[in-house]
Amino acid sequence: MAHFGENKNFKNPVVNWIDNRLPIFTMLIKEYGVFPMPRNVNYLWSFGGIAMTMLGIMILTGIMMAMNYTPHTTLAFDSVERTMRDVNFGWLLRYIHMNGASFFFIAVYIHIARGLFYGSYKKPRELLWMFGVVILLLMMATAFMGYALPWSQMSGWGVTVITSMFSAIPLVGDGLVTWLWGGFSVDNPTLNRFYALHFLLPFVILGVVFIHVWALHVTGSNNPTGVEPKTPADTVPFAPYVSTKDSVALVFFLTIFLGVVFFYPLALTEVDHFRKFDPMQTPAHIVPEWYFLPFYAILRAFTMDITVPFTTIVLLPAKLQGVLAMFGSIILLVFLPWLDRNPVKSGRFRPVFKWCIWLLFIDFFVLMYSGAKPPEGLPLIMGQLGTVYYFVLFLVILPVLSFKEKNLPVPASISADPGCCKKR
Amino acid sequence: MKKTLSMLAVAAVMSASLPSLANEGAEPPHQKWPHQGVFGMYDKAALQRGFQVYKEVCSSCHSMKLLSYRDLTQLGYTPDQVKTVAAENTITDGPNDDGEMFERPARPADRFRSPFPNDKAARAANGGALPPDMSLLSKAREHGDDYIYGILTGYEEKPADFDLMPGLNYNKYFAGHQIAMAKPLNEGQVTYTDGTANTLEQEARDVTQFLAWASEPHMEQRKGMGLKVMIFMLAFCGIMVAAKRKLWANIH
Repeated sequence: MAHFGENKNFKNPVVNWIDNRLPIFTMLIKEYGVFPMPRNVNYLWSFGGIAMTMLGIMILTGIMMAMNYTPHTTLAFDSVERTMRDVNFGWLLRYIHMNGASFFFIAVYIHIARGLFYGSYKKPRELLWMFGVVILLLMMATAFMGYALPWSQMSGWGVTVITSMFSAIPLVGDGLVTWLWGGFSVDNPTLNRFYALHFLLPFVILGVVFIHVWALHVTGSNNPTGVEPKTPADTVPFAPYVSTKDSVALVFFLTIFLGVVFFYPLALTEVDHFRKFDPMQTPAHIVPEWYFLPFYAILRAFTMDITVPFTTIVLLPAKLQGVLAMFGSIILLVFLPWLDRNPVKSGRFRPVFKWCIWLLFIDFFVLMYSGAKPPEGLPLIMGQLGTVYYFVLFLVILPVLSFKEKNLPVPASISADPGCCKKR
Repeated sequence: MKKTLSMLAVAAVMSASLPSLANEGAEPPHQKWPHQGVFGMYDKAALQRGFQVYKEVCSSCHSMKLLSYRDLTQLGYTPDQVKTVAAENTITDGPNDDGEMFERPARPADRFRSPFPNDKAARAANGGALPPDMSLLSKAREHGDDYIYGILTGYEEKPADFDLMPGLNYNKYFAGHQIAMAKPLNEGQVTYTDGTANTLEQEARDVTQFLAWASEPHMEQRKGMGLKVMIFMLAFCGIMVAAKRKLWANIH
């Protein structure tokens, strides 16, 4: 009881009885009832809850998909098709699960973009942000292993390309790839371990989400002004105000999601996902799912080996540079709270940062376009310029702006912000 | 700077002209299909004609392993008609109590009979090329239905300067223009039971629609359910917006 302070006194004797022994209702009221939310949060703040809903949808549909799935190279593709054709509403399960991954990423990318623009990664939310990056990494691993499971051309070749990246690591690379595959090629052991991990990781994500939300409930939410709430006039209780607002956003998001599921279920996938994996036949052009394309572009942006000057001794092969850059592009987000040390959180009051971060959002789509095209000509150059900007922004521009930027005057409080409480 | 710019320009031009240089087939022209779009549903009569084309022409080389004869009731056939259609095929079953494999007429619950016992046999009978399984063909090709229709109607005389390998055929929509499949459909090849004119275009259109159905047999159920779900969700959106407005009105 010490953890939750005073217990509430509930009228319902059963609720009261339970709450005196396990103060779950007291906790719910504290964290989801009266929990103070900045009154100026806009709809971008709803995407955390939306992402969490998508996680729930993915776990539920995923378990039901697993009930009909056979993890064997000769049967996997047909078992997914069997689900589509002969299981009652199996087509619905599969299309929700398949498109759900995309919409989960859409929600999470918007959630991250909001955090970047409004400086949600800054003190006191550094750990909250870092656990968020961990969730992103886990999601990427889960999604990647998930689309391996139908054992289509896209699955098999996606697995081949991505796991082969590890062969770029000096000395241990080739051994590591064999270890990852569980053999000397992408085969049944690979599929089986991917299936086991694809089932496990969502629950790991769920655990890290719990920590992420826990940390959030210690610091409270950031807001568009970027000034912490100071008086009760700056906040509203989570329920019913923000919970209702979040529900509006969620229902609109789900409407678009279901529109795609029911009417354009193949809009976000590739035709190679409907051909069985054939290790003897490489597709003309291997692309990952759209949500990996920006990082895929970074991977392929490096085309020149770095050698010891005036010799042919390769210090850093192009492939290894690409692999390091791709993983680095996400890992560096962990250090963002210390790369950007400008005390002002919200991009609204940072005239230079605002444009740099918008350029990053555009850069994300430029990289996505580049990743979808064969790595040659203009798309390759776009990918290279996009990669340069990505790293220059985080490693040079943000550290410099930390001290050199002339910030606009920041309102004293949320309610003193003229942009705060106009009708929304 | 100038040099860099001109290099960029060259790269831009090169990448823009790549598609025409590459050995890709021409993009198949866009056709109107009754099943496309939000409200599009299958044309059952066309599906039945398309099945006839499959049965009489395609099925001699192409398998459709993901389909069962019972699925044909969705085309508007009665269960008895499906039984008859299935029974026209002989499949291998077994082993029986004596440990012997035996042949029997197919039943509605059986998968479509494949023309070859395995891929190797299919290749051996087709000059080394494997006729793809057609269960998912329209979902497994760029431009889907338009592509299938394009291939079926895209056979023509090879250009004089085109170097065609022996045993292959010229098709303007096939990647590389050299396709192992000989022209499968010709005008008048199938005599439709419903008396529809059997032009090449008609046969190609019908079988394309049949293949679209085969790759997505639950499309009608999906779109029908989707419509109800959308109406519900839009109403839900309206209610939530109204609730939120009313709630927040007193704190603005």
